[in-house]
Amino acid sequence: MSRLLNLIISTGSRILDIIDFAGYSVVLFFKSVFYTKNVISKRREIIKQIYISLVKTFGVVSIVAMFTGMILALQTGIELKKFNLEDRVGNLLVATLTREMGPFTSAIILIASVGSAMAAEIGTMKVSEEIDALTIMSISPVKFLVMPRIVALSIVLPIVTIYTDTLGCIGGAIIAKAQLNVSYGAFYQNILESLHLKAIYVGLLKAYIFGVIISSISCAHGLRAMNGAMGVGKATRDSVVTSFIMVLIVGYIITAIFYGL
Amino acid sequence: MIELINLYKTFEERVILNNISVKIEEGETFVIIGLSGTGKTVTLKHIAGLLEPDHGMVVIDGISMSGSSERVKNKLRSKMGVVFQSGALINWLSVGDNVALPLREHKRYPEAEIREIVDEKLRLLKLYEAKDKMPSDISGGMKKRAGLARVLVRNPKIILYDEPTSGLDPVMSSRISQLIVQMKNEFGVTSVVVTHDMNSAYYIADRIAVLYNGEIVQCDTPENIKNTEHPVVRQFINGSLKGPIDVD
Ligand SMILES: Nc1ncnc2c1ncn2[C@@H]1O[C@H](COP(=O)(O)OP(=O)(O)OP(=O)(O)O)[C@@H](O)[C@H]1O
Ligand SMILES: [Mg+2]
Repeated sequence: MSRLLNLIISTGSRILDIIDFAGYSVVLFFKSVFYTKNVISKRREIIKQIYISLVKTFGVVSIVAMFTGMILALQTGIELKKFNLEDRVGNLLVATLTREMGPFTSAIILIASVGSAMAAEIGTMKVSEEIDALTIMSISPVKFLVMPRIVALSIVLPIVTIYTDTLGCIGGAIIAKAQLNVSYGAFYQNILESLHLKAIYVGLLKAYIFGVIISSISCAHGLRAMNGAMGVGKATRDSVVTSFIMVLIVGYIITAIFYGL
Repeated sequence: MIELINLYKTFEERVILNNISVKIEEGETFVIIGLSGTGKTVTLKHIAGLLEPDHGMVVIDGISMSGSSERVKNKLRSKMGVVFQSGALINWLSVGDNVALPLREHKRYPEAEIREIVDEKLRLLKLYEAKDKMPSDISGGMKKRAGLARVLVRNPKIILYDEPTSGLDPVMSSRISQLIVQMKNEFGVTSVVVTHDMNSAYYIADRIAVLYNGEIVQCDTPENIKNTEHPVVRQFINGSLKGPIDVD
């Protein structure tokens, strides 16, 4: 009986923690929106963050995007071949990439490489009293740290997504040619056919929102870190898990809104 | 004037501050001593408005810090500086940029003037050579001095010091103590100093408060603390192993 009670209590407090954190992240986001009035004076920090994020992810994104395109082309190609439709592989590939896989893959990579680093960096600042020092100097940590990161990532994610889409198509074209005997010209035509404006802007909107979500969540976990180095580790791990779940949920919601019945 | 009124704070049901009340006068240097982990830093953080008490409050010049909006807190903080235990320098800014940070962020002066002020404070704290170094490349004592320089550029009326002399060599330590006294004599700065360094405490303090088990067990002039009859205080200042303080 008491074990059941304990289970209920611990589940309850876990749920309260999650609600508490969600509230904190949302408030943090709106505070950052307020501080976007300082975007001009913080431009150097924003550009620095954009630069770091792009440099940090360039290599991984290139490899992952290429292989995503190749795998998608191969798998769909195998099925399409049964219906003698393998020459349509480009249509399927570009639709999947622009609508779903482009923003999603980019988000996953940025969560792992940039979001986790944000949580770790801000978490370290928190536990070494740097955040307190800023607060005392009446320098808002939201204006100083969080806003530039959210703005930067909301710009970076759409850029990375476009890059992923493009490279994915190139990867797909190579496989289509090598394994399915689809000429580059035909593949290119297919891509143009299925490259719909709506898919592009919904995909980029998704990427933008993912950027905001990943940076807000990572900064929030960083700012709430405590108990020294262990706390920073926990903040980093939590930021990856939370961002991942939120990207999946929100990604689904956006898809449902724009393509749902 | 800084008033702590029935300050009470718990962490995870552990009482850290148990109804602490004290009035720190303007221009006074008030020293807090006590065992590691008794809540000295926690007390300073309450004064700075970084922590909220469970009940009780901190009042600075008649305005409550506790429970106030961020606006009011920032107004109170504008005349306050904190020298943190670890220096708390922003790790991706050089020493010089760290010291210039509060001036640059609030755009109080033109850049040329900021540089002048920063250089002056760096020279005062014998840090000028380290101006372009990163915090990770300087010693603990230098970080602490850089933290102090960053406080001084703002000309605060109230300075909270968290162990300003720990990790410094004896000469630098005396230099910092001297500086604290100088701040008081020349600019009428009110200081609250947490320290384990009894020599420094006797030298700088107008009053010394001994924090033990969440309470101030004695608060008196350095002279009276030196000649105290209180067993806990005696054991603490003599650093003796025998006495009421449980050393295990
Ligand atoms: N944010 C916090 N959350 C939970 N517990 C805390 C927090 N801050 C401080 N504590 C606890 O409160 C107690 C007092 O901490 P404090 O940092 O004030 O000690 P201190 O007197 O400054 O010690 P030292 O001389 O070692 O710096 C410690 O036991 C610490 O674990
Ligand atoms: Mg302390």
